[in-house]
Amino acid sequence: MIDQNSKTLLEVRGLHANVSGIEILKGVDLTVRSGEIHAIMGINGSGKSTFAKILAGHPAYEVTAGTIIFNDRNLFDLDPEERARAGVFLAFQYPIEIPGVANNQFLRLAYNTVQSQRGKEELDPLEFDDFVREKMKLLEMSPDFLDRSVNEGFSGGEKKRNEILQMALLEPKLAILDETDSGLDIDALRIVANGVNQLTNKDNATILVTHYQRLLDYIVPDYVHVMESGRIIKTSGKELAKELEAHGYDWINADDGCSTTGVRA
Amino acid sequence: MNTMISNGYLENLIRSWQKPAAASLSWFDQLRANAMDNVNTLRMPTTHDEEWRFTDISPLSRLPYPAAYAAPQLQSSDIKHCYLAEAICRLVFVDGQYAPDLSNISNNAGAIIGNLSSLVAAHGDTIARYLGQLAEFQNDVFTALNTAFLHDSACIIIPQNVSVTTPIHLLFITTQKEITSYPRCLLIAESGSNATVVEDYVTTEEAAYVTNSVVEMNLADTAHVSHIRIQRDNQQAFHIGNCTVSLAQASQYYSVSITLGAYISRYNLNVTLAGEGAECTTDGLVLISGRQLADTHTFIDHVKPHGKSRQLHKCIVDGMAHGVFNGKIMVRPHAQLTDSSQLSRNLLLTNKARIDTKPQLEIFTDDVKCAHGATVGQLDKEEIFYLKSRGLSDLTARNLLTYAFGGEVIDRISISSLKRELEEIVLARTQIS
Repeated sequence: MIDQNSKTLLEVRGLHANVSGIEILKGVDLTVRSGEIHAIMGINGSGKSTFAKILAGHPAYEVTAGTIIFNDRNLFDLDPEERARAGVFLAFQYPIEIPGVANNQFLRLAYNTVQSQRGKEELDPLEFDDFVREKMKLLEMSPDFLDRSVNEGFSGGEKKRNEILQMALLEPKLAILDETDSGLDIDALRIVANGVNQLTNKDNATILVTHYQRLLDYIVPDYVHVMESGRIIKTSGKELAKELEAHGYDWINADDGCSTTGVRA
Repeated sequence: MNTMISNGYLENLIRSWQKPAAASLSWFDQLRANAMDNVNTLRMPTTHDEEWRFTDISPLSRLPYPAAYAAPQLQSSDIKHCYLAEAICRLVFVDGQYAPDLSNISNNAGAIIGNLSSLVAAHGDTIARYLGQLAEFQNDVFTALNTAFLHDSACIIIPQNVSVTTPIHLLFITTQKEITSYPRCLLIAESGSNATVVEDYVTTEEAAYVTNSVVEMNLADTAHVSHIRIQRDNQQAFHIGNCTVSLAQASQYYSVSITLGAYISRYNLNVTLAGEGAECTTDGLVLISGRQLADTHTFIDHVKPHGKSRQLHKCIVDGMAHGVFNGKIMVRPHAQLTDSSQLSRNLLLTNKARIDTKPQLEIFTDDVKCAHGATVGQLDKEEIFYLKSRGLSDLTARNLLTYAFGGEVIDRISISSLKRELEEIVLARTQIS
């Protein structure tokens, strides 16, 4: 929901970044206010996943220029764990499997870390069990997933649901969903999208990084950005996604490009 | 120089051996005498021997500790903390001597469980068929020594189609320093039987001693045996363990071995898939620190078609410790459609820790599926980032992942009290604050 008076949560200006010495991001600008849902679309290799990982603080990416202000703080001053505690959440495109760590143990550890940071009460294993089971209903997840190792042997859809479960537990201010729709069948997509929709409110914001328009049928964005060669080259409303679906990404380049400037989300 | 010390070691042990009286030369005494004859022809291995390349046992050669012929009386209260809650059936050996007062074999669920001396009268023929027959002492000096000094043994016979649902706990306790104990175990699982055995080495002693153990297991057709081995000797001790398992048609052997203790330890696990469709899983976790050395040699021998073997061996090496893994898998001619996989994963916690890992596949047939791999390294950066992105500190993330590395193997233990106990040990040993 767009409200020009709501607080600016994220302000990215002139962001340049390298990975292994190769420049991937070449001047990204983006403003996200609380209550908004943004979609960043683009072909593979356009830099959208890199952008998502930089927001979360992935150590493999080197920021060479630009600024990111998150909730009035310089994001670059914060380590990944500090960003998470401050309310940045990245739902991974490929969630990591951690054999030997029970999912409930991991979820409780993450939940309690963030809770204590926010000056709220931590939950003991029994209390947490009740709490997490409620949240799992939102994602139609079986409680069996609590006793299994983190993501180990989970299907693609189960991993993505587990990511959104973490989002539900950590209640971030800014959630970045990196290709959360990839590998999901239509039922899983509907469940995941429904979960995300229930978690969005006027005080938080969501960035959806996606290749396909499909997800945006279920989670309706306020803004759609198209990224190409490390920059956002076009920004518009939700109808842009439909046009991209109909005409392909080449259609943007064929366009006169006048809409790439002047519109800033 | 090495050879001299080695010979001295064996000579001392040989001198301490008491020849059975001529009149009592039963099959048992004959077995011991034959083994002693073999000891006389063998020498202590050195690092020049391929099978001992990374494991220098010359410190052991300087310590020809005599066999313990008597054990102190322990009270049940002294060792109660070592008991397993789930194990109704328990055999306790103190310094290699059977301790009937500490054992409990009344609830045997139809199995025949006891020490060799008490079972030999009723089951002598069965025991004689296997004891000393699976664990070859012709070429292995430690097996030969154990057999020569054999005077009692844990014996378990699971009759045909009998299922023992609770674990059988074999507790080997060392209470004296500067002794050698020779624990021994024979398990005969008749066709269609099912049992879980926990082989557990503990100590009340803080100074050096030597444990030289031999375990033999024979699984008849369709028998299932789950075998958990825990070596928690003290950090001065020497531990040499040999386990030989023979699997008949469609039998299944599942083992988890946990190595935590000893200054120098060596565990040899030899599994022969002698019958068609036999299956084995041989998982291991080695968790060592300081100047410990732990060497695991496994040999999985596929003799007949349709065999399946799975192996996950993990080492977590801290301090200046040294882990060794040699995993040999043999697929013999005619062992068609063998399905085998082996993974050796190793985690070095310091830059002075060391690992030598050697997967060794010898395949003499064509229609097989054999996968193997070995990794040596530090914690995975992507895993650390994933945990940090959920708010965990760098230290918490590293501690959790180190614990999890070991936890993956501990997870495969089905006895919950033992699993919890081992989880706590791994947790305590892997956490940096």
